[in-house]
Amino acid sequence: MSASIEIQIIAVLVAVACALPGVFLVLRQLAMMSDAISHAILPGIVIAFLLTEDLSSPLLILGAAAAGVATVALVELLRKTGLLKEDAAIGIVFPAFFSIGVILIARFASDVHLDVDAVLLGELAFAPFDRVVLASIDVPKATLVMASILMLNVVFVGLFFKELKLATFDSALAATLGFTPVLLHYVLMGLVSTTAVGAFDAVGSILVVALMVAPPAAAYVLTQRLASMLWMSAALGAISAVGGYWMARWLDASIAGSMASTAGLVFLLVLAFAPERGLVSRVRQQNRQRQVFARDMLLIHLYHHEGLPEAEQECRVEHLQDHLRWERDIAMMAVRTAKRAGYVQDHAGLMKLSDSGREQARHALVHI
Amino acid sequence: MEILTELFTDYTLRTVALGAALLGISAGALGCFALLRRQSLLGDAISHAALPGIALAFLLTGSKSSLVLILGAGAVGWFGSVLIAALTRRTPITYDTALGILLSVFFGVGLVMLTFIQRMPDANQAGLDSFLFGQAAALMQRDIYVILAIGSVILLLTVAFWKEFKLISFDPDMAETLGLPVRALEHLLTGLFVAAIVIGLQTVGVVLMSALIVAPAAAARQWTNRLGVMVLLAAVFGAVSGVSGAVSSSMAPNLPTGPVIVVVVSMIVAASLLFAPNRGFVFRKIREWKSGRALRVDAVLVDLYTLASQHASSDYPHSEQVLNVMSSMSGTAKRTLHLLKTLELAQPIDDQRWSLTPAGEERARKFIEEHYGGGV
Repeated sequence: MSASIEIQIIAVLVAVACALPGVFLVLRQLAMMSDAISHAILPGIVIAFLLTEDLSSPLLILGAAAAGVATVALVELLRKTGLLKEDAAIGIVFPAFFSIGVILIARFASDVHLDVDAVLLGELAFAPFDRVVLASIDVPKATLVMASILMLNVVFVGLFFKELKLATFDSALAATLGFTPVLLHYVLMGLVSTTAVGAFDAVGSILVVALMVAPPAAAYVLTQRLASMLWMSAALGAISAVGGYWMARWLDASIAGSMASTAGLVFLLVLAFAPERGLVSRVRQQNRQRQVFARDMLLIHLYHHEGLPEAEQECRVEHLQDHLRWERDIAMMAVRTAKRAGYVQDHAGLMKLSDSGREQARHALVHI
Repeated sequence: MEILTELFTDYTLRTVALGAALLGISAGALGCFALLRRQSLLGDAISHAALPGIALAFLLTGSKSSLVLILGAGAVGWFGSVLIAALTRRTPITYDTALGILLSVFFGVGLVMLTFIQRMPDANQAGLDSFLFGQAAALMQRDIYVILAIGSVILLLTVAFWKEFKLISFDPDMAETLGLPVRALEHLLTGLFVAAIVIGLQTVGVVLMSALIVAPAAAARQWTNRLGVMVLLAAVFGAVSGVSGAVSSSMAPNLPTGPVIVVVVSMIVAASLLFAPNRGFVFRKIREWKSGRALRVDAVLVDLYTLASQHASSDYPHSEQVLNVMSSMSGTAKRTLHLLKTLELAQPIDDQRWSLTPAGEERARKFIEEHYGGGV
């Protein structure tokens, strides 16, 4: 298999593995936890490395997960003392953890392949060089690691879908029903840490944040159902991963950076053009509402004066600006909309209701 | 001591220390408003978002002068803060998600630009990397002038708009009612906040600059309830951690500046959380323990008095078991009785029974008068 295909497979595995826990972070308004955890796991990795002196030891993942959970617990502890708000607690704990990690590397591990830039930025291009043989198939190690982590995430979300859903949307009810949302919270955070450390190696900590937050946020704009949000996040993450890879190839730039940029671009496109909650569609809905409302006001006005002596004067287009205090543009728009729907006929500047227009005016009178 | 003498004689060291102190002062002061306005993580997002600004400024001008890079970082950082506000206000996206997206995507764009710069034939790009983790040792005299100039403007404006900033931080609704231009003031405050962040990027780095914003303010908050004192304290904490971090990292090889500053400031936070009077954890525990003890003493004292008042003499003894039953914290009467004995409020008659001393009787009577108006 070519290195290009292998890199893309790893990228997609990372993106999908990040998207699944990311959905719950976004829904629980804990998006910045991904930033905190992806930085705070560093000392866990470094300490595990200093103990084992082996960069490929699975203890590194355990150390990272432990550091991640410790971060969450420390933030919670600080919040509970009432001395700090949650955001301040997060903003203090993770830089402290990360700094300890960086200093440990600088002091004790600077001569080995554990350098800070790689941790922060990752280098996916080198992933295919580090290979393992599994059941006589020769694959990059990163593929194996990320496939296992993805599997873990899929199994967890699949098994505890109901519990996660309940704890996310109504944690008080979940607690009352005996589902221990706190335990679930910590397991989820452990999973975020595990995913972050796996992805870390390949793409660096900042891309972990991009892949955990941007695709789920885009999916959140697209759908209001949890199950659809999960698979849409996965799909959008995969698109960002592959798109980012090709952008990096095209620009000859950092793969991680390109993938984060693409994830941002995908989010922006979805935010603009999503069918219901997108920006464009919201503007159109608002315009449509404004038109319908102006049209109905016009119909009611005409209905009110229909067949009365003053109708000759009241039902003229130019008079609308006076009587309803409409700007000329709005008056013209209302007349145009009403004519197009066949509710009003124009007799040389004098407007008359059609039968359907009269019907609509009565309907609007009751419903506005 | 040697460090202190060098601090005043060594040119580089003095430059670095001065720059770091200025940074710490402006970051600490502005951080207070961010902390109070619940925007502690905004600094993290803005400092990451400033990376493409630095790269863009370099790409456009080819200059590595810190003023140019800071201006680029400031412009893009401010644009980022506007985007966050717009996303939160006009779309279904929540604040934390907006921060996460902006931080990671802008940083990603910055990385792409940095790889661009690295491939440029003109190999003048060395030094941009130091923006990731900060490199205080690389600070030049002219960088300090830039920091000094921008830092003074930040502090001057903060003082000039002190009353307004205070009001929009604590009660924006009232500010609106008073007819203040709240939106414009918020933009100004955010602008100063961005400026305080970007002047620190070269020294502390984009990754950790947010800690120099949040942590001094959080530490200062524990010592006082007054904004003025809090801002001054935060400035001092910021300066102390800035200087000690910058100096120790330029003395020891292999010690990046940003992380050292963050570790120092985190220790200040931990000490403040533990030992600040009133709010600090240790004093709060001591206070709780003291008031708990006072409650128990009075409770047992009143119990003894109530029992004795049913007999002829007020020092009529009663056994420990009876008091245990009366006490709502059953089983603790024995410990409290011994405490009463050391306070000379009660005395043991034999190894089971206790009676009030005259002082104890007096105190119990007063307590009952105060709390129950005479009768139990």
